[in-house]
Amino acid sequence: MNWEVVIGLEIHTQLSTKSKLFSGAAVGFGAEPNTQTTLVDLGMPGALPVFNKEALRMAVMFGHAINAEIGMTSVFARKNYFYPDLPKGYQTSQMDHPIVGKGYLDVVLDDGTTSRIGITRAHLEEDAGKSLHEDFQGMTGIDLNRSSTPLLEIVSEPDIRSAKEAVAYVKMIHSIVTYLGICDGNMAEGSMRCDINLSLRPKGQKEYGTRTEIKNVNSFRFIEKAIYTEIERQADILEDGGRIIQETRLYDPEKNETRSMRSKEDANDYRYFPCPDLLPVVLTQEYVDDIKTSLPELPSQKAARFQSEYALSEYDASVLSSSRAMAEFFENANDVVKDAKLTTNWVMGELSKLLNQEQLDIENSPVNAQAFGELLVRIKDDTINGKTAKDVFQAMWNGEGSADEIIEAKGLKQVTDTGAIEAMIQTILDANAAQVEQYRAADDDKQKKMIGFFVGQVMKASQGKANPGLVNPILARMLKG
Amino acid sequence: MFEQSIATLAKKLRNKDISSVELTRLFLARIAKLDPQLNSFITVSEQRALEQAAVADTLLQSGKGTSLTGIPVAHKDLFCTEGTLTTCGSKMLHNFIPPYESTVTSRIQQAGAVMLGKTNMDEFAMGSSNENSFYGAVKNPWNLDMVPGGSSGGSAAAVAAGLAVAATGTDTGGSIRQPASFCGITGLKPTYGRVSRFGMIAYASSLDQGGPMAKSAEDCAHLMQAMAGFDEKDSTSADKPTDDYLANLSAPLTGLKIGLPKEYFGNGLDPKVADVIMSAVKEFEELGATVKEISLPNLQLSIPSYYVIAPSEASSNLSRFDGVRFGHRCDNPQDLLDMYMRSRAEGFGTEVQKRIMVGTYALSEGYYDAYYLKAQKIRRLIKEDFVKALEEVDVIMGPVAPTTAFGLGSKTNDPVAMYLEDIYTLSVNLAGIPAMSVPAGFADGMPVGLQIMGNYFAEAKLLNVAHQYQQHTDWHLQTPNMAKGA
Repeated sequence: MNWEVVIGLEIHTQLSTKSKLFSGAAVGFGAEPNTQTTLVDLGMPGALPVFNKEALRMAVMFGHAINAEIGMTSVFARKNYFYPDLPKGYQTSQMDHPIVGKGYLDVVLDDGTTSRIGITRAHLEEDAGKSLHEDFQGMTGIDLNRSSTPLLEIVSEPDIRSAKEAVAYVKMIHSIVTYLGICDGNMAEGSMRCDINLSLRPKGQKEYGTRTEIKNVNSFRFIEKAIYTEIERQADILEDGGRIIQETRLYDPEKNETRSMRSKEDANDYRYFPCPDLLPVVLTQEYVDDIKTSLPELPSQKAARFQSEYALSEYDASVLSSSRAMAEFFENANDVVKDAKLTTNWVMGELSKLLNQEQLDIENSPVNAQAFGELLVRIKDDTINGKTAKDVFQAMWNGEGSADEIIEAKGLKQVTDTGAIEAMIQTILDANAAQVEQYRAADDDKQKKMIGFFVGQVMKASQGKANPGLVNPILARMLKG
Repeated sequence: MFEQSIATLAKKLRNKDISSVELTRLFLARIAKLDPQLNSFITVSEQRALEQAAVADTLLQSGKGTSLTGIPVAHKDLFCTEGTLTTCGSKMLHNFIPPYESTVTSRIQQAGAVMLGKTNMDEFAMGSSNENSFYGAVKNPWNLDMVPGGSSGGSAAAVAAGLAVAATGTDTGGSIRQPASFCGITGLKPTYGRVSRFGMIAYASSLDQGGPMAKSAEDCAHLMQAMAGFDEKDSTSADKPTDDYLANLSAPLTGLKIGLPKEYFGNGLDPKVADVIMSAVKEFEELGATVKEISLPNLQLSIPSYYVIAPSEASSNLSRFDGVRFGHRCDNPQDLLDMYMRSRAEGFGTEVQKRIMVGTYALSEGYYDAYYLKAQKIRRLIKEDFVKALEEVDVIMGPVAPTTAFGLGSKTNDPVAMYLEDIYTLSVNLAGIPAMSVPAGFADGMPVGLQIMGNYFAEAKLLNVAHQYQQHTDWHLQTPNMAKGA
């Protein structure tokens, strides 16, 4: 059977506020257990929550970025369930009246096509603490540092039809929240986690199939792999005439499989009701409009500007604008180089290659945009050629100095003295008299093929330093005799 | 000395007729002598009291402090007090010593008052008789076979018996006013949001409100000066300046418009209580007030509405008592579920468990609309009734409770009769308006409280009305016989 996959995603984004959603405790990763807590995060009797206005501002920024309706009156609700790392016995979240309502994103795929993914809502909620099962001799340790950390849960419509589309959507959300500076985007530390709702239906069928939910997938690669794995699992069951059980599953990246966590029958009745300790959050139009006008340039706007301002292709522009850091690196480097084509090629080429090799983010590139630009200037002004520049770049990467220092120290400056080049060519022609004879006897077509041999010899003799732009015309003239 | 007002005592302290340490020792001695009969205190914090009294004396020496400086008071045992056991009347918190101070107790302490101890109460403030305490029932000082009312029964009994000059209470459905009425003292439930709930262990967050319990309206006003006001730690506290609660106590009542809701005088009201209330109303007429009958048509609905909303919130508020971080934990838990189930089954008393069950049921999927949402709609109707009535009159008067204090154990097996005790008080909490209980006479030797209800944030008006009444009557000056013995 030909199956169509239907995917909806819930992305939990940790907002980068200084303090927690409902207390003044600092938010941070990796602190000693239970050192970043207050009475409120510990759920002490009589402690009361106070809403962090910074989280509100961030949520509204996100709402604008996805073209959403902003909830002018949003209401916190309690989601009640017992768990040792949930100190109050309920999670404060938003249910019927979220801060961000319906919106959408236009996602550009690798093949250049665009699809519009609907976003149902995004709501603010507090995170739970962590249960630690190791090192406690059969007991469980509780770390409440993460308790009440602010999350924005972004819920998509079931509009996604492939793993690639899912990843492109998540990358776009990642790009938007980091652009807005409302999330550090660090997926390894759990700053963005994704729940995948997935079902299959025969192509052409309107009704959705039974879905499963895969919880807490925390990398782009795992999202893609988890989806492929789950599609395969569901397809196998359906092909065998089986039935999908609505349940929550866990993705195990080591075994590349999903496992059942709990079925719908075991699901909690969360007994949502409006939190009586918090007033409804009522916004003024002025507040909402002010945030809109102060939004930074978003990835899609930046991509459009790159196309018009720098004459980049749609693909190049979308790659360069995919992260705020990448875009800044490009623009800062190009301010030095003033040759967008050259800068683009090098950012997307050599720089990306080395970053990938060492699995570094562009923020951690050992060569900064200024230094990188200075290197490209030396290509542009013919001090070195592109091939030499790659070696210089590697040396810069290794910390050997600036482009100019390395060119100087290694004597890599191109020979641009025409006299010197003529002398070099004369030596080559003298040493290869037979080939010169053949060349002179050949027709134009043959000559074009043969000239490469002489260019190679000259570059070899110059140890790559002869300026190819000069070598070619001089060589052609001298070969004529 | 024990029956004197805050103003008189403050003057004596200032004139060095007596020191705060001496005054505190006097009250500690009274507690030691009389409280074994009453059981109004769960904890007597003698050391803390004497330390605070010494600090107060130093302040008074240098002519500083407020009218509360050096005055011995007691706090209901649901206000968290740093370093002092805070039980909420529950086994669940039999070992809970908070590392923080509630806003209310902190403000009263900052005003210089001395904390004698923590008063008994119905467990988690759930009850109308103070019989639901893990620490045993409290007795009514006017008749030791009678209940003192609840849930702030310990505070009411302690003030009535002269074991504290004044006390704090909390009122979720009548828990300040009804015990004040049963024990013959004056109590004020402020407007919801006027007094901070921070550090007050929650029963039903949208209804809970702390307030003063004292011998007179004037004493309540002294406490309100310290207690009331915005607190950034409580998001539901009102960011609105407080009135000077003492400034207008003496304003004349000429032209005051009093509304008597006919629903407060119907079936179920003890005729002897009704007589007391009507004589009090007559007194107000003599003071220049005019009286008219009004209607609060949805009064009957306040019981079902309250008994859905309050337990619903309680079922969630009390989830944090899980044996994980503080409070009671069962012995040798086999696993997580066992720990939860036994810790909570052992830690909570019957009434608390009952309300958690009711609230859990009301909020569960498929029932939410029928119960919780409907109760909220009724709540809006009740609020509208008051808003409409208070457009026509300045204050509303009626009884606090249908009867005087009833016998210990007489209603414990009849929960519906117990819930009906609250018929005249619940609607005030649902609407969020302020209300007082003021001693207005006796029926069969037991005190009767007059309820005075007012508009939002009209505490100063209520205190003025009550104070004027107390200037012309002496019901609030009566002392039970058992208190005179010491």
